[in-house]
Amino acid sequence: MKNWKESIMRAVFFLSAAASILAVALICLFLLANGLPAIGKIGPFAFLLGKDWSPADVPPSFGILPMIVGSLYITAGSVIIGVPVGIFTAVFMSHVCPPKLYKFIKPGVDLLAGIPSVVYGFFGMAVILPLSGNSILSACILLGIMILPTVITISESALRAAPEQYYEGALALGAGHYRSVFSVVLPAAKSGILASVILGVGRAIGETMAVIMVAGNQPRVPSSVFQGARTLTANIVMEMAYAADLHREALIATGVVLFVFIMIINLSFSALKRKEK
Amino acid sequence: MNCFEIKNLDLFYGGFQALKKINMEIEAGMISAFIGPSGCGKSTLLKTLNRMNDIIEGCKITGSVRLYGEDIYNGADVNLLRKRVGMVFQKPNPFPMSVYDNIAFGPRTHGIKARCELDAVVENSLRNAAIWDEVKDRLKKSALGLSGGQQQRLCIARALAGSPEALLLDEPTSALDPISTGKIEELLLTLREKYSIIIVTHNMQQAARISDSTAFFLHGEVIEKSDTKTIFARPADKRTEDYITGRFG
Ligand SMILES: Nc1ncnc2c1ncn2[C@@H]1O[C@H](COP(=O)(O)OP(=O)(O)OP(=O)(O)O)[C@@H](O)[C@H]1O
Ligand SMILES: [Mg+2]
Repeated sequence: MKNWKESIMRAVFFLSAAASILAVALICLFLLANGLPAIGKIGPFAFLLGKDWSPADVPPSFGILPMIVGSLYITAGSVIIGVPVGIFTAVFMSHVCPPKLYKFIKPGVDLLAGIPSVVYGFFGMAVILPLSGNSILSACILLGIMILPTVITISESALRAAPEQYYEGALALGAGHYRSVFSVVLPAAKSGILASVILGVGRAIGETMAVIMVAGNQPRVPSSVFQGARTLTANIVMEMAYAADLHREALIATGVVLFVFIMIINLSFSALKRKEK
Repeated sequence: MNCFEIKNLDLFYGGFQALKKINMEIEAGMISAFIGPSGCGKSTLLKTLNRMNDIIEGCKITGSVRLYGEDIYNGADVNLLRKRVGMVFQKPNPFPMSVYDNIAFGPRTHGIKARCELDAVVENSLRNAAIWDEVKDRLKKSALGLSGGQQQRLCIARALAGSPEALLLDEPTSALDPISTGKIEELLLTLREKYSIIIVTHNMQQAARISDSTAFFLHGEVIEKSDTKTIFARPADKRTEDYITGRFG
């Protein structure tokens, strides 16, 4: 009787675990099966390094370099804006702010994580666009805000997990509170903070809706942060609805490139985790 | 000369009185040992001497502590005090950085920037802590790679790098093997001339071996303090005798 229950439970757990593995495998398969042939037809160089994306021309050109550059610029910019603010906020929350204030900040940060990206997009259109227009800069500011909760939450727990004895040791040497936190506790939490940055990068590079609403979306290699740019994600979403044939396949191939980026990010994350142990 | 003079010191953790009317003088240039059963307030008193109790919420102190005549609780700069009174913890706590940066942390905190000056301080402190030969080839490597005993001597070196006047050690050898313990005891004996040392220990032999004077604590009070030979040979108080002969119940 008991054994019977045990095996059912085991099957349930196994199937649940299998479901997510299966989903990943299917996504991989779908992407590669539909995307790789297009890359073959267009030619890997023409596809990855081509500067011209004009699917409607005769003959069409499918160069996604502008979108790769756009995604990298916008991700890098949002990290430059979001990471320092996020880390300082995490330090503030873990080692500076009084408990009374913490009770307000913490739910605020959690709420920031739960806001749907289209709402961020509206916020960007209403507040950021009047200042910096449809541009890379606007997208970076907006995404910088959007990655804050990821950076803050993970950095904060890393800072709290840093052994108290480091902090006490620094104080006992005559260091003040801030010096102790910044030169001993912060380095001790280094790998957790780095992990928060990597996850923030993942969030930024995969973001779609909010970016479309403020980035301008021109498929050309940008030459300044005040110009518009199109990201890989935006490219797919904006054209998928009406694309057909090679155009459609080229969009899926864009998804393959995005997938590779996400993979690299995940691999560096797990490499970091492994190094920690 | 007295290094510390403690007068009518009461200490409360919230509503709990951990130290009761402590009056004590700690002579300069000697090793003083604090002994007593667990929870009697040894660490607490040690931490009042460099004000590490400041960071404990709800800790209240009355009475006075003087370091060479200066009241350390009224108007003293707490960071400067902690530079003058170094502390070594029970569990070795080298920072997760290189050996060099560990030692240089205190001097840098107090404004020494010049490379050559730092180099000299680092080497001197490590030599004083009798660990220079073991780490001189790995100054740039992480301090966390050292053995427990080496880490503890590194922590002593780190405290010495601020050229303190007194050194507080809270059960510095309780996490170490007998050989490392022996090395640290030897080290403390060589440091004795230059620094006033206070060591908390649960090890009677250790107190007897290295200290010049010993204070016996019980329930937040100092029962007896005198020179080590006397206290171990002819304790004045029955409770002291019971404790050091192991008959403490
Ligand atoms: N942060 C604190 N808050 C409240 N009570 C405390 C705190 N630290 C210590 N105490 C209490 O004060 C008393 C003295 O503690 P202390 O750590 O000084 O003892 P000790 O003599 O060092 O003991 P041990 O030999 O076990 O280290 C104990 O009863 C302890 O429970
Ligand atoms: Mg103790």
